[in-house]
Amino acid sequence: MRLLRTFLMRLATTAVTLFGVAVIVFVVIRVVPGNPIAMMLPPGATEADVARLSALYGLDKSIPQQFLIWAGGVLQGDFGTSITTRQPVLALVLGRLPATLELSVMALVMAVIIGGFAALTGTRLRGTRTEGAIDVANGMALSVPDFLWGLVLILMFGVLVPIFHISGRVTPSLDLPFVTNFYLFESLIRLRLDLWADIVAHMFMPALALAIPLSAIIGQLLKQSLKETMHLDYVTLSRTKGYGENHVILREALPNAILPTLTLVGVQFTFLIGGTVIIERLFSYEGLGNMAIDAVINRDLPLIQGIVILFAAIFTAVNLLVDLAYAALNPRLRHA
Amino acid sequence: MSYLEIDRLSVRLRGGGPLLRQVSLTVAAGEVRGLVGESGAGKSMIGKAVLGILPRSTEITAGRIVLDGVDLLTLPPAERRRRIGATCALIPQDPLTALNPSRRIGPQITDRLVDILGWPRVRAEARARELLAEVYIPDPERVMRSYPHELSGGMRQRILIASAFAAEPKLIVADEPTTALDVTVQKQILKLIKEMQERHGTALLFVTHDLGVVSKVCQSLSVLYAGLVVEDCAVRDFFRAPGHAYSAALLAATPKYTDAVASLTPVPDTVIAAVRAEVAAADRRMSHG
Repeated sequence: MRLLRTFLMRLATTAVTLFGVAVIVFVVIRVVPGNPIAMMLPPGATEADVARLSALYGLDKSIPQQFLIWAGGVLQGDFGTSITTRQPVLALVLGRLPATLELSVMALVMAVIIGGFAALTGTRLRGTRTEGAIDVANGMALSVPDFLWGLVLILMFGVLVPIFHISGRVTPSLDLPFVTNFYLFESLIRLRLDLWADIVAHMFMPALALAIPLSAIIGQLLKQSLKETMHLDYVTLSRTKGYGENHVILREALPNAILPTLTLVGVQFTFLIGGTVIIERLFSYEGLGNMAIDAVINRDLPLIQGIVILFAAIFTAVNLLVDLAYAALNPRLRHA
Repeated sequence: MSYLEIDRLSVRLRGGGPLLRQVSLTVAAGEVRGLVGESGAGKSMIGKAVLGILPRSTEITAGRIVLDGVDLLTLPPAERRRRIGATCALIPQDPLTALNPSRRIGPQITDRLVDILGWPRVRAEARARELLAEVYIPDPERVMRSYPHELSGGMRQRILIASAFAAEPKLIVADEPTTALDVTVQKQILKLIKEMQERHGTALLFVTHDLGVVSKVCQSLSVLYAGLVVEDCAVRDFFRAPGHAYSAALLAATPKYTDAVASLTPVPDTVIAAVRAEVAAADRRMSHG
């Protein structure tokens, strides 16, 4: 019951947040220098041409008026038409969303696996040189940003040992039978493992570049959390029952140590999604981030608005999911 | 024939001073031995050494811990762990921290029976219900499905006692099992431990700083000062005539309801000086082999 109320409250605050984001973005991209009309017209266009085109896109009205028109459309599911491609913004954005979601989730899974493995190994071998080596590797992973890791990976696995594709989402010459844009997921469902392998080979490097800094954060926090938990009485009691180190770490300490890590992973995951903007550009990956950069370069106002709103919606959704997962994993919250 | 024999056990901080100085004691099958001393005297350390849960910052430098005729310290770690798990148990000090908050009570009692002793799950669960009933927990079925935070401190200590006796261990280490509890609950828990110990005939190593508890529960007693056993005697003799000046001072310092002034008597400086000299002498003996 309490969970449901919390959920509804969160939905309400989410609506307010999204409205705020919409207002800010809407105003800012109209106030900053550079406008889409100038981008569209050839040099030497007359004042009359500019005025006609402005009127066509509604840019001759005041900003509040424009906002009301746009917001009215959004409430009916119409996010406007992209100025550069002349296609509906909603269709464009939803078409790219699966690519970015797959990339982000893949990166998150990689980060959890790498970070979790590092934390567990470091805890199991605490006090040894291996633990020291893991700490050093963690520090390195953390001190280099994701796009530099992207460049490093391109040099390693794209140039020196070319085993992964460095650009795109899938090899263009391949015939794609997909009905959705969730290529990775759908190829697996359809058991087209040949396509799946090709998609993974494209996604691997951008996902890993995004995952490395996050894995270091997960590894560090989880290890610290495990270290504290390992001193607790119930862990010691478990040892007296005859259990060995592996069981004690995995069964007794980990379920409790994972809780603080989970909250942080949620926050960091939203940063990771933000990171896709640059990483997608670097790897020419056809996702939302790449589209966002194009939209900004072309001053495609409706498209920028649509993308920003979507990103904001994803961020709040992730935070909500984390809170729900936390409540589900922590019995003290579940029954309270 | 004693079930547990600790023979000249020495423990020290890694790269630091000694914590236990050639401690020797025996616990016969079914016997209850008290370990008393001030904070830091090393009484808990003995129980931890027996159960193989000494902190990583410490090391055993010499001695033997013979359990049922086998020196635990000569066994490979995995075998030692299993042997301890199958024959010994711990009643911990703080019931609020000794149960895993994210696991239900039932599995925390049955896990040893199933995983270490290889019982079928159904039998282990039946055993857990039986034990919970023995420690006067109403509705064991419901309690086994509960999480620790849903139960009171006294309730949790009962569960830990039930869990300790579940595998019919030969030896239980009770590490100040009533210290963290509410005064009104302390007596009940103490009575319960005594009752369970007598019913199951378990040997008990009872760590406490409360001589009143010792007089109620224990048959024999080791008094520790700075990791040195200064007196090892039967409880009856101890209360009639302590054999060591430090023991006598400790006994005199025990709070009494009848005499408020005497309750505040500290251990006299002369006695402390004498017992410190003994510790120094023991260290000299140790360093000369």
